[in-house]
Amino acid sequence: MVDLSVDLGFIRLSNPIFTASGTCGYGLEMIPFLELKKLGGVVVKGLYFEPRQGNPPPRLVETTAGLLNAIGLPGIGVEAFAREVLPQLHQQQATVIVNVCGNTDDEYERVVRYLDDHPGIAFYELNISCPNVKEGGQCPALDARATFRIVSRVKKATQRPIMTKLSPNVTDITIIARAAEEAGSDALSLVNTFLGLAVDVETGQPKLANVWGGLSGPAIKPLALRMVYQVVQTVKVPVVGIGGIVTGYDALEFLAVGAKAVEVGTANFVNPRVTLQIIDELQNFCQKKQLSRIEDYIGSFRPRREKQKT
Amino acid sequence: MSQLIEAVIKDKKSWGDYFFVTFQAPELAALAAPGQFVMVKVSPKGPPLLRRPFSLASADREEGTIAIFFQRVGLGTNLLSRYSPGEKISLIGPLGRGFSFEDLAFPGELLLIGGGRGIAPLYYLAQKLKERGLKVIIFYGGKTQSDLPLREALAKKKLADKLILATEDGSLGFKGLITDVLEQEVLSPLAKKAFVCGPEAMMKKVAELLRRWNLPGEFSLEAFMGCGFGVCWGCVRWIKRGQEYQLVRICQEGPVFSREDIKWSEEE
Ligand SMILES: Cc1cc2nc3c(=O)[nH]c(=O)nc-3n(C[C@H](O)[C@H](O)[C@H](O)COP(=O)(O)OP(=O)(O)OC[C@H]3O[C@@H](n4cnc5c(N)ncnc54)[C@H](O)[C@@H]3O)c2cc1C
Ligand SMILES: Cc1cc2nc3c(=O)[nH]c(=O)nc-3n(C[C@H](O)[C@H](O)[C@H](O)COP(=O)(O)O)c2cc1C
Ligand code: FES
Repeated sequence: MVDLSVDLGFIRLSNPIFTASGTCGYGLEMIPFLELKKLGGVVVKGLYFEPRQGNPPPRLVETTAGLLNAIGLPGIGVEAFAREVLPQLHQQQATVIVNVCGNTDDEYERVVRYLDDHPGIAFYELNISCPNVKEGGQCPALDARATFRIVSRVKKATQRPIMTKLSPNVTDITIIARAAEEAGSDALSLVNTFLGLAVDVETGQPKLANVWGGLSGPAIKPLALRMVYQVVQTVKVPVVGIGGIVTGYDALEFLAVGAKAVEVGTANFVNPRVTLQIIDELQNFCQKKQLSRIEDYIGSFRPRREKQKT
Repeated sequence: MSQLIEAVIKDKKSWGDYFFVTFQAPELAALAAPGQFVMVKVSPKGPPLLRRPFSLASADREEGTIAIFFQRVGLGTNLLSRYSPGEKISLIGPLGRGFSFEDLAFPGELLLIGGGRGIAPLYYLAQKLKERGLKVIIFYGGKTQSDLPLREALAKKKLADKLILATEDGSLGFKGLITDVLEQEVLSPLAKKAFVCGPEAMMKKVAELLRRWNLPGEFSLEAFMGCGFGVCWGCVRWIKRGQEYQLVRICQEGPVFSREDIKWSEEE
């Protein structure tokens, strides 16, 4: 039996496979298909303090090997979550990670303060890709200073570890990664979706009501992998890889470049049991390679020396 | 509860761009109800990446089969149309909330109004209503004759006490829209309820007529679905909940909704 457990420093998880935020609902919707306790972690849908409706439809467009979404973070708010969802997740023995959102710095803080009083949450994933109303709708994730400011504030407000989720829509993601680490983030996860656009050629209008949206799915995997690799090289805190993971091999690529764990998103829509298959595939891979622990594989990536140009 | 299964295709019938495919899927047949749907992975390893939703067009518990009826409109339905009996395909279902008809009893008269491929869930519903001895009047419309392929099966299986056909080009039945025919229909005092599925414009018109007649109606709505089982929040529509409209997931709380709860236009 291979030991698939991984250590994030502040917590040891039974395996490195999580379901990604916004792609497994509040976790409960997955119960017909899988036992939540078999996952390394369940990252629930982004939570603001108050309930929200999100963007008008249409919210989704399928693209080549990808999905463009402008869901707009609808949700039930922290109170309903703590009252109705959390106890059920606890009963399922799920390792719960809450994706924390906010319209303002203040709201991020209120969300974690409120949730800190409720047991059954392993740690927080700070979603800094939310439009910030005080900054003209710009996401903190796009700016190192805003990232530093929010992460520091949330870090001070909570007893629980925080993992900051980075946006790929920046020129140099390592700058934002460093800002989050310096502000005290205990881990980093990346990437969120890539901004994209799709046009209805019949009407000449955008296919999404919100005009543009975020691209996810297999199409983004190489882009995400490159960024995860760069960030692992830059920071000391553990990094969790996200983007286009569908198979065990996809997950292994992220682990190879140094991610301690991975989140699986869009693939859950296609196969709600995909995470369990990935876990099996990791088992089989390690057995084949005669690795007794998955941790011996993490960071095994060795870039070839650049060949002399002639 | 819905399930993820591999089902074997048992039978396939086709008429031009329309297909009726039966699957051996006892797990789903045991739970299915009219108005519910399945999510089908049309290619094992994409593209298209995502599953496609199809209403159940039939389910037989004893035989352990379910069926879908679909129109070829794009990549996914094109690939799906190429499967042959004996091949396997991945399904999730049964999903969503279907039509409510349990409270209806003889001598009620029901109107089933379907446009094009929208006949699919009504075909299943008609079977259930006839089992209960209810009187069923089916309005079935399309652009042209070839858009009404289920007319023969409806007649042969005696699923309609009265089958009213309409085509826009007049190649079969009444010439015009099915809603035009409906508008001229003299409503029987026994008419209890309408069940509707079809293009958005058609459903909107039917909703207007039902409101005028003060007749309850249920509509099977469509939206692009990312998952079909409630995790992506991609399939929402404005639906009345309590006093206000909310963006509700069609795949979880629908796809069937009551006429009064659906927001048909921005002004409402
Ligand atoms: C609950 C539910 C139940 C359903 N039940 C049934 C059923 O029983 N039977 C049935 O036939 N259908 C049903 N549908 C609809 C069915 O799911 C769709 O027809 C199907 O998903 C289409 O998939 P596709 O891959 O073939 O088409 P896609 O390739 O996704 O394309 C769909 C359409 O969009 C057009 N299009 C693509 N790109 C562009 C662009 N850039 N600009 C403009 N237009 C474009 C295509 O030409 C095509 O007409 C149901 C839907 C729902 C939500
Ligand atoms: C429909 C949808 C909703 C999402 N909602 C959230 C969210 O609430 N919070 C968040 O941090 N990321 C959200 N994401 C981003 C995913 O968690 C993930 O970072 C991204 O989809 C890339 O991974 P993937 O390619 O495996 O899907 C969402 C993605 C999708 C497709
Ligand atoms: S299709 Fe994903 S929530 Fe309805």
